[in-house]
Amino acid sequence: MVDTLIFSLVTGVFVGISAGYLGSLMVLEKMSLVGDALSHVALPGLALGILFSFPIFLGAFAFLFVSSVAIWYLGRITKLSYETIVGAVFTLALAIGVIIIPKAELLEALFGDISTVTIFDAAAAVIVSVIAVILTRLIYKKLVLSMISEELAISQGIDTSKINLLYLLLVSLAVAVGIKIVGTLLVGFLVIVPAAAAKNVSSDLSNYALMSSAFGVICACAGILASSYWNLQTGPLVVFSGILVFIITVIVRWLRK
Amino acid sequence: MENVDDYVLKVSNLSVKLQNQTILDNVNFKLKKGSSLAIVGPNAAGKTMLFRTLLNLVPHTGKVEWAPRVKIGYVPQNITVDDIPISVKDFLSFKNEADAEASLSPVRLGKKNVGNKTLGILSGGQLRRVLIAWALADNPNVLLFDEPTTGVDHDSEEPIFATLQELKDKHNITILLITHDVHIVREYSDYLLALNRCVTFFGESKEIMNPDVQKIIYGETVCMGTPDEKA
Repeated sequence: MVDTLIFSLVTGVFVGISAGYLGSLMVLEKMSLVGDALSHVALPGLALGILFSFPIFLGAFAFLFVSSVAIWYLGRITKLSYETIVGAVFTLALAIGVIIIPKAELLEALFGDISTVTIFDAAAAVIVSVIAVILTRLIYKKLVLSMISEELAISQGIDTSKINLLYLLLVSLAVAVGIKIVGTLLVGFLVIVPAAAAKNVSSDLSNYALMSSAFGVICACAGILASSYWNLQTGPLVVFSGILVFIITVIVRWLRK
Repeated sequence: MENVDDYVLKVSNLSVKLQNQTILDNVNFKLKKGSSLAIVGPNAAGKTMLFRTLLNLVPHTGKVEWAPRVKIGYVPQNITVDDIPISVKDFLSFKNEADAEASLSPVRLGKKNVGNKTLGILSGGQLRRVLIAWALADNPNVLLFDEPTTGVDHDSEEPIFATLQELKDKHNITILLITHDVHIVREYSDYLLALNRCVTFFGESKEIMNPDVQKIIYGETVCMGTPDEKA
């Protein structure tokens, strides 16, 4: 039991860091709903993982990866916004996932469960999160510049289309490892709310990214500890912790004014 | 006798079509090194698209030939800054990581130190000057400047004009600027290119005051008084 809690907390720390860090870009790009909806796309992969007994992280990531490439490609050729395309894709994935996933596992898949976190899950979270954060750090400024002005970015030799694809893939990674803790329905929360809270109290880009990661860790760990203490579903408690952090930052922002 | 090496830019038979609409149609002009060109024309004439094409940002037919070793600085008309918590120094460090401070030249940014301010809270004039600092950060020899005084109040125009004057007088930078401002055309450019999808006029900037040229550019005579108020 203690081992499971430790594995969960290690997973929570690293998922919190990567989701917060990557989410900081998603909130800036006004793509918050993309992060949220994208997480639902993982459900069919997760269902296949449960049905055929392979790690659900791999199934979730495979579906997220293929969906990200498809969404990026459709965005390029149709010029529709990512939000529109993700909106069209995620409900289909959710429908497929709900139909094929065994009923007994549905709740865990949708809302997460820390009681089943293994050393493999924790190790995967550490490795994947470190890779996702390092790669995102390498393209962070380029992505921000392309948000400020795509013309300026391209005139600086930045291939905005390629870095957007890489970013979507990295978000897929972060989301895939987060599913174990908060579930596919709520993992989008970890991408959006820590970043939104950080934005309330930041005026500087590097502080913003750091704070977003820190809030991600606080939300994930507080949710896991509360879930373990009260023996309740983890996902909703992570959401409650995050909302508390968000409200505090709103008050801080209000007081500063 | 005309020397080929005198030219920094040659544009020949340049056309841009997007979604079956002709945006630029057979544009031809060339520009001497160190000179300045004002590009004027009505809204939707293709002025910004011409810049985007010169920067090779859009697919086109025809030729855009820059002189060898040309380094281009670009000041766009608009950027999205409202929602991004980024300071002026952070923004400039994207371009000149080693020495963002050096980009904060007082001439370029005015006397107030805005380095630690967030881009989103700058005035229109301050933001234009930050964008100029961005464009000049890696010492370009060509500057493309889209609407120098857009969103800039009257008091803030002066430092921008001073920068243009300094670039023109001391630095031998070739300047291409898009403007609706006759004062800028007269004072800060050597040549005038009027665009309305195709080139409707190309000649010396002083011709902007010629009523016949004004008819060509605007379709009707510009009301007297408006341009001279700033002169």
